[in-house]
Amino acid sequence: MRVNIRVFARLRDIVGAAELDRDMPTGATVRQLWDELVVEFPDASAYAGSLSAAVNTEYAKMETMLHDGDEVAFLPPVSGGQLLL
Amino acid sequence: MSFQRLAVTTKRLELDALIHCLSEATKNGESEGIGAVASFLGLVRERNLGHRVMKLEYEAYEPLAMHAFERITSEVVERWPATQLALHHRIGVLAIGEASVAIVTASPHRADAFAACRYAIERVKQIAPIWKREFFEGGDVWIEGATADPDDATAREDAYRRTCV
Repeated sequence: MRVNIRVFARLRDIVGAAELDRDMPTGATVRQLWDELVVEFPDASAYAGSLSAAVNTEYAKMETMLHDGDEVAFLPPVSGGQLLL
Repeated sequence: MSFQRLAVTTKRLELDALIHCLSEATKNGESEGIGAVASFLGLVRERNLGHRVMKLEYEAYEPLAMHAFERITSEVVERWPATQLALHHRIGVLAIGEASVAIVTASPHRADAFAACRYAIERVKQIAPIWKREFFEGGDVWIEGATADPDDATAREDAYRRTCV
């Protein structure tokens, strides 16, 4: 199956493109797709602990199973999240 | 565009447009009507962490941002049932002093309008997939805050606590 990947902000800079298409085995999860991306772009691994993901423009868990034609977005931490306690 | 309650836009933000769309919406309303409007404008600040900022560039994942705004609207209505929300976020390159986010809440009474407005901006900062790149003398950097997780109950509670209700 083929999925469309969207990346943003510094993650987009690391990947060098705003979107890319990749083939994944049927039943692959968001996490497996991310792992593939990190193999291809090792600098992306810096986001392993702070990443959010979305599938078809809704927030999704890393365990979410993907389907052919899905749009998968990987999101670095958002800009305004600093806690001012 | 200017009469939509929720928007991600490259155009200059106008509070009046947000106020207008809320007051129009309740003109034929059945409830108590609007007795209070509260607003928030977030501006591009000249200094950040001790250095001079030249400009900011905002980038959004627009469809997800709109879904996040809809979610924030639902959360506001859940907490403050008679309150309405309008929320516009700007993207692109912004100069110092320009508004990047505009929020207007309208409610029968001021306490709810103020609280909902504060809650909304806190939630925007937590869950809207919007990033800013800060340009300063000698370089630029993406500003990164917290991991966006709309289901994080602690973050949501934190936003609520900041409303001081």
